[in-house]
Amino acid sequence: MISSNTRKYTVVSLLVNGVSHDVMIRSADTLLYTLREQLGLTGAKYACGNGDCGACTVLVNGKPMHSCLTLAIESINDEITTIESMKHSDIRSAFVANWAIQCGYCTPGFILNCHALVNEHPDADDEIIEEWLKSNLCRCTGYQEIKDAVKSVLEANKLKAKENSNLAQ
Amino acid sequence: MISFDFEYFKPESIDEAIKTFSSEWKLGKKVVYFSGGTEIITFSRGGKLTVDTVIDLKGIPECKVLEIQGDRLIIGAAVTLNQLIESNLFPLLSETTRRIADHTSRNKITIGGNLMSQLGYREGLLPLLVADAVVTVANQTKIEEIPIEKFSGSELKEGAFLTQIKVPVSNLKLPSKSIKRTRTSKVGYPIVSLAALVHEGKIRVAFSGINSLPFRSTVIESILNDKKMSDQQRIDKAITKLPSTITDDLLASKGFRQYTFGKMLIELNSVLEEKL
Amino acid sequence: MQKEFRKTVGTAEQRIDAVEKSTGNVKYLGDKLITGMLHAKVATSTEAHARIKSIDTNEAWKVPGVRAIVTGDTFPFPIGPILADRPPIAFDKVRYYGEPVAIIVADYPYQAKQAASKIVVKYEKLPVVNSVEQAFQEDAPIIHEQLGQYTKIIDNVYPVPGTNIASHIKIRKGQFGQAWATCKDTITATYSFNLSDHAAMETRSATVEINPDGRVIVHSTSQSPFTIKKILNQFFNIEVGKVIVHIPMLGGAFGGKGAVQLEPLAYLASSAVGGKLVKLQYEREEDMMTAPCHIGFNATVKLGVNEEGKLLAGQYTFLIEAGAYSDQAAGITRAAALDCTGPYHIPNVWCDSYCMYTNHPYATSFRGYGHPELTFAIERTMDQLAKQLNVDPIEFRLLNAIKPGHSTPTQSVLTENNIGDTAKCMIRAKELIEWNGNQTTVTENGKIRAKGVSLFWKTSTTSTNAQAGAVLLFEPDGTVKLSCAAVEIGQGTKTILAQIAAERLKMNMKDIHVTMEVNTQYNPHQWRTVASSTTFLAGNAVLAAADDAIRQLKKIGAVALQCSENDLEVGNSRVYLRSKPTYGIDIKTICLGYKYPNGHTVGGQIIGTGVHVQRQLTEMDKDTGFGDPGPWWSVGAQAVEIEWDEQNYTYEILKAITVMDGGTIINPMTATQQMRGGIFLGLSIASGESFEFNDKGVIQNPDFRTYQLMRFGEQPKEYIVEFVETPNEDGPFGARGIGEYGVIGAASALANSLSSATKTELNKLPLTPELIWQTREVGQ
Ligand SMILES: Cc1cc2nc3c(=O)[nH]c(=O)nc-3n(C[C@H](O)[C@H](O)[C@H](O)COP(=O)(O)OP(=O)(O)OC[C@H]3O[C@@H](n4cnc5c(N)ncnc54)[C@H](O)[C@@H]3O)c2cc1C
Ligand code: FES
Ligand code: FES
Repeated sequence: MISSNTRKYTVVSLLVNGVSHDVMIRSADTLLYTLREQLGLTGAKYACGNGDCGACTVLVNGKPMHSCLTLAIESINDEITTIESMKHSDIRSAFVANWAIQCGYCTPGFILNCHALVNEHPDADDEIIEEWLKSNLCRCTGYQEIKDAVKSVLEANKLKAKENSNLAQ
Repeated sequence: MISFDFEYFKPESIDEAIKTFSSEWKLGKKVVYFSGGTEIITFSRGGKLTVDTVIDLKGIPECKVLEIQGDRLIIGAAVTLNQLIESNLFPLLSETTRRIADHTSRNKITIGGNLMSQLGYREGLLPLLVADAVVTVANQTKIEEIPIEKFSGSELKEGAFLTQIKVPVSNLKLPSKSIKRTRTSKVGYPIVSLAALVHEGKIRVAFSGINSLPFRSTVIESILNDKKMSDQQRIDKAITKLPSTITDDLLASKGFRQYTFGKMLIELNSVLEEKL
Repeated sequence: MQKEFRKTVGTAEQRIDAVEKSTGNVKYLGDKLITGMLHAKVATSTEAHARIKSIDTNEAWKVPGVRAIVTGDTFPFPIGPILADRPPIAFDKVRYYGEPVAIIVADYPYQAKQAASKIVVKYEKLPVVNSVEQAFQEDAPIIHEQLGQYTKIIDNVYPVPGTNIASHIKIRKGQFGQAWATCKDTITATYSFNLSDHAAMETRSATVEINPDGRVIVHSTSQSPFTIKKILNQFFNIEVGKVIVHIPMLGGAFGGKGAVQLEPLAYLASSAVGGKLVKLQYEREEDMMTAPCHIGFNATVKLGVNEEGKLLAGQYTFLIEAGAYSDQAAGITRAAALDCTGPYHIPNVWCDSYCMYTNHPYATSFRGYGHPELTFAIERTMDQLAKQLNVDPIEFRLLNAIKPGHSTPTQSVLTENNIGDTAKCMIRAKELIEWNGNQTTVTENGKIRAKGVSLFWKTSTTSTNAQAGAVLLFEPDGTVKLSCAAVEIGQGTKTILAQIAAERLKMNMKDIHVTMEVNTQYNPHQWRTVASSTTFLAGNAVLAAADDAIRQLKKIGAVALQCSENDLEVGNSRVYLRSKPTYGIDIKTICLGYKYPNGHTVGGQIIGTGVHVQRQLTEMDKDTGFGDPGPWWSVGAQAVEIEWDEQNYTYEILKAITVMDGGTIINPMTATQQMRGGIFLGLSIASGESFEFNDKGVIQNPDFRTYQLMRFGEQPKEYIVEFVETPNEDGPFGARGIGEYGVIGAASALANSLSSATKTELNKLPLTPELIWQTREVGQ
């Protein structure tokens, strides 16, 4: 049995943004709740608690995950990335530069999803962008600016890759 | 937020899982298997489910397998939908599951959870129904293989769980098509969803959404394969042979489901003919 | 008018909140975690209409961690912003499924939730009023037996006791009856749709703490901090000065956070635990079912024209669905009436606008305040009438577009100054959509392309004494702190106000520090952050404050520079001689007082203050509606192109165009954001959103799985936004309000395009494939 929690509260370690933290959890606590209430990482937002909106998105082993549909206890061997570690990411700056932010409530979830997307699919076409970003709802923007932000990063990365390969030659 | 407490176990073998279930169950507890957990978490939050113990199946190696072994594709019950889609070992299954929920959720939803879902859509079942899949189920005494059509028709015994799905390699790459229609957004439960393939020149097709449970019907298939009839005749006849009454709910009225069902069959026909 | 050179107004300055939002650092209310804070949860009604026989709290008390349970008898008095008709916790009776019947306070949220599920209420069921049409029937069950006794909080609300009519607003302009008889052509059409949801991504929440000295400290996700003070004072007898309201940035609002619902609940909860800090945060389902939503609507429109096709007479009957309580729906009923014609010149107008109770969740303001709804009815009728007359719908609109010199339904006279250029907007939208006279085209793969247009207008229906204040406090380094009570809900208001301040003070944007959060203890009064009024009201207040600061700077500058104040200018963070700009002094050396070489100091901190209050607005006459309800009318045109699949009845939105006259545009990018976001919101609602009720009045789709918002990829393929800038003399730098406008014509333009594609008159919302199929093939 690799793990079990039969007591009301257990102390477990979570690896968040490269740092291991001890947290005290109930088995029924979602990862979202634990990140926010125990670690004060409030960048991940509650908006539906139902897997329908993506406001709570974090990366688990590099993949976007609804932290409201994940138990904290399920995540004890995983590498968790939250918006708090994304200060220097290109996609974050692109959201600012492309006016992709209004109320900002959906923004952290979108940025993490987009970050994983551009990492996993450097050549993402419209279809893939759509498939991935359908996981996040935004009520304010109308999505156009968010699409522009993602595309700008994809383009910039392609250019960088090209320059690097030119240099290597 | 889930308002009640439960105990959480993550066994590392099938045997351990079965034993944990029965020891907890004997204490009078309500025990559930937990795979992706998305349904258990949402139902628990919404007050539709209360449990005392959950047994997470993701630590069991057999449930995480995804590979071709001999003449069969083996899919562990705890394999996520995105793992299935990305591997693309069974294109019809990829195409169909790609329309379940949304991309991020599919990193969590598992095929086993989808097949055992209480929601009644179980779209992941459709490709398996037309591809002669079998499932392996572990219970107190044994691990047994059950043909998919039998599995889909009956509840598992208390304490039993699905470990794997096996699909004959010969059925993986047949000409196939999946079509899904929703109320408005592409992400959403199906009004009607179908998965079809052509096996030895004959169309096989399974449906979800149109009735309260997914099904494959040989009667409907023989109607669809009857080339003597026109498109419209086939549709009109197929409608009368549905296993139960057409669903009438929030997503669509009975009438619109029926209309959509007909249009989908026409589309299916033309796509498959093109592929042949 | 000569265009003056401007430094920042008219420039796309980056939003001052964008970076902080992108890093996840902004603390929305739910992000403020305080150890020891208690958590409240509402137990809600499981019946839509019933008498409460008993409430059993025994099992709930057994849940560990429960500290208090509050029921309706604790405060059995009705409250409300317009008509006081709603007990904060249901008392005696429940009037909608989801209505609060008890509040549980516990140590942890999960405990409160567990206890809430254990409250047992015994009900005696009453017949459910399940639609506005039913509510309007003479023999309909009565939802508010005491309607005649409710206190009116503001004027212009006219309940009809013994019915389900919470308010009846009348417009009588000209001689409708006579004019109608002389019309050459007439049309009558009916429109309807259900209640729906604001669905801001952040759900509503509030915390309350009551200090031993009686101060009540509220934190809330509210657009109306000062209304919270007013309500706690009016109904709970707390001195206004003792209520302190904090508002952080909001995660979207759309009008839904203008209503005061959670704060009184959290106040009662805190009172029950001796004033301890209590937080009430709604889960999504509660935000949809318990909190106020978007109105439902039923309208019958009659229009008549003369031989030339000019509109002579219009009659409008609106049934505005308020749900169980009137809240802002009573105000919307009035707003819809006073703009009932849309932006058309009609000499003879007759309008009956009814605010109707039903046993559904109650409605409140929603972006557009009744205008997206009435515009749907008007603009669909305009299209149908044009078709009947066999004229181009755009030509028909242009022929009848309202202009300076005309008057509104309430007989407000329009001038160059208080109304934008409707025709210009229409003509530009026509070019942008490449209008081809309502023709549909068929694409290679058999899809049908069609276009639809809509005009829109709206005045800012504030109260007649609506106002805002602003304070500019100079820091020792010569930069400025801008304090005001405008709430940042995502619309970019703080950036706009900083631009206005920077422009008038001739300073750099980066030197203006705006307080992002609102605290009623430090910020000057502001009516509310609604009704597209903030740029106008708070913007003018900022200008007044800047002028005040400039006066003071010149005064102290004159001392330092040993000259007359009249010879001085302020700019570039300096005070200098107009005739010799190099002779001057940095603001930083005088803004905390000027220190003579010997150490003596005169003056002190420069604090510029300003207020702006609506000028010469009047209440509407009860019998005719006569009055001046708003300061200006912003107008615009929208157009949509769709591609419809005749087989599946699905469609894609190819283009969404907005051309709006918003007066001077302070920041073209935030304005564009507002317009895109507005039309997107309107299209999302029009294409798919609606609460579905079963026959017991229970919402069947109270979550985002089943209540579907438009997702990424489903939005218009292309948004085009343009502005016509007819300056408004009274607005800051000539600006008018624009915040709500993008949403207004969306539904009607979409419905017009789809009606044209499907050759079917689509007069209901939402325009789902099934609805279109039902209307076209089944004929209902
Ligand atoms: C956002 C969202 C959208 C969705 N949209 C769709 C859709 O479009 N179409 C569709 O078909 N479904 C849809 N679903 C439903 C989803 O496919 C099911 O809820 C599925 O059960 C989730 O899988 P899971 O692995 O998370 O299941 P879990 O929550 O782990 O389990 C679901 C159920 O199956 C049981 N179970 C799980 N694994 C096993 C096993 N190996 N043996 C025995 N019992 C087991 C559990 O006890 C539980 O009762 C959606 C779900 C979400 C969250
Ligand atoms: S809060 Fe997790 S998906 Fe909405
Ligand atoms: S910016 Fe407000 S929800 Fe996306």
